Amino acid sequence: MDPGSPLRCVRDDPHISGVIKLAVALACLVVQPAPAQAQIKSGTEFLSPEMRRQQADETRNPAFFWVEQGRELFSRKPSPDGQACASCHAEPQQSLRGAATHYPQVDAATGKLLNLEGRIEQCRVERQGQPAFGYESSELLAMTAYLGSLSRGLPVDVKTDGAAKPYYEAGKAFFERRQGQLNLSCQQCHDGLVGQKLRGDTVSHGAGTGYPAYRLEWNDVGSLHRRLRACSLGVRATQFDYGSPEYLALELYLAGRARGLPVETPGMRR
Amino acid sequence: MGTYSSTALALEPYAVVGDAIPRPLGGLVGNPARGAALVRDRERGNCLICHRGTDASEPFQGTIGPPLAGVGLRLDAGQIRLRLVDASLLNPQTVMPPYFRTENLHDVAPAYRGKPALSAQEIEDVVSYLASLKTF
Ligand code: HEC
Ligand code: HEC
Repeated sequence: MDPGSPLRCVRDDPHISGVIKLAVALACLVVQPAPAQAQIKSGTEFLSPEMRRQQADETRNPAFFWVEQGRELFSRKPSPDGQACASCHAEPQQSLRGAATHYPQVDAATGKLLNLEGRIEQCRVERQGQPAFGYESSELLAMTAYLGSLSRGLPVDVKTDGAAKPYYEAGKAFFERRQGQLNLSCQQCHDGLVGQKLRGDTVSHGAGTGYPAYRLEWNDVGSLHRRLRACSLGVRATQFDYGSPEYLALELYLAGRARGLPVETPGMRR
Repeated sequence: MGTYSSTALALEPYAVVGDAIPRPLGGLVGNPARGAALVRDRERGNCLICHRGTDASEPFQGTIGPPLAGVGLRLDAGQIRLRLVDASLLNPQTVMPPYFRTENLHDVAPAYRGKPALSAQEIEDVVSYLASLKTF
């Protein structure tokens, strides 16, 4: 079981860059996690020291290939007379720094819950007039990994009240409901069994703050919803579609639960 | 605890006495060697995802449930049967999955819907194997 150590905002890992440490330290001054959430730790805390080092090292974390591809796509015109993302979002390192920390969020125009993937697709279809990339396409993963990486080290800061409240409540109910032939809830594993071994895995809080992440099991980068589908399959429950309302609400609940933890995209996981 | 009869049509009925199901499901006779294989099998029983078995050389065994070594000393066959069939009859909060139940489950994946995780014969196989584990 988790020995109950308090949330450590700045990790002692010497391989985490000073910039990230500083950013996280500053973030800690502003964000006071609620007591119930103070125990939640990032998935990184449960990785082997070697994998943590690899995740932090841009030259050894394979997911940075996707970040690079995303950076390139971001400034490329989708057609000769079209507009690149960069033509609306100049200097993304500044203008979009922190953007990913606020997703999922309720889209003001439609009232629908959008995650980062959903917002990227919306820009692509409505503003660029291009066909959607499609969930789990290498382009959408690259773009999401890139935009996520611009928030690396900044605390998750989603809204869970107001218009977001019904989505958050739906996600919470999903998280707490037993499901599948094995009749287990997300909560039973990701609250009750944290730190225990489930075969080769050490069960974490299921924070999801490293996604899209490179998973050794996939030998690939995948979205958070791909990870959720793996957990659903694990208990022999219905796997909801990528981008489904069920997983979007769950994503918001997870993000609300992880509020104050640093974004670690692109992460590395087993 | 009283007596409880499964109402699922397809499942063999059983009666709970105290904390046990004393009679074999469907009157079937278990085969311990098949039971041992089921406990290990990553598709069917997949018990070692949560429990440590008796073979220390098996990689990546779970730490979630009690170790299975010596379980036959702690529990008799009827007690083991109940814990496999539906451990929530004893502990509503249990993490131990119900292996012989099809009702009151939510969002079961289509491939598994309406079927118990283990058949009556497989339950008896695993019961006979676990009941034989009398050393640590
Ligand atoms: C039987 C146990 C079990 C259940 C039930 C379960 N998970 Fe998981 N989950 C795991 C394991 C094991 C991992 C991989 C190790 C880890 O990071 O926790 C994992 C990983 C995750 C991760 C990635 C965490 C990270 O930061 O890398 C998320 C997010 C997650 N689970 C969410 C969920 C949600 C939501 C549900 C319910 C739909 C759920 N899980 C149900 C066992 C489970
Ligand atoms: C998701 C985790 C999980 C899986 C998978 C699992 N178990 Fe369990 N098991 C538990 C837990 C937790 C307990 C303790 C139950 C309680 O106290 O309510 C338990 C209890 C038991 C007990 C009672 C042990 C005792 O000493 O009281 C037996 C026997 C058992 N399990 C056998 C099995 C077998 C056989 C399988 C596979 C067919 C299996 N388990 C699969 C988690 C699991």
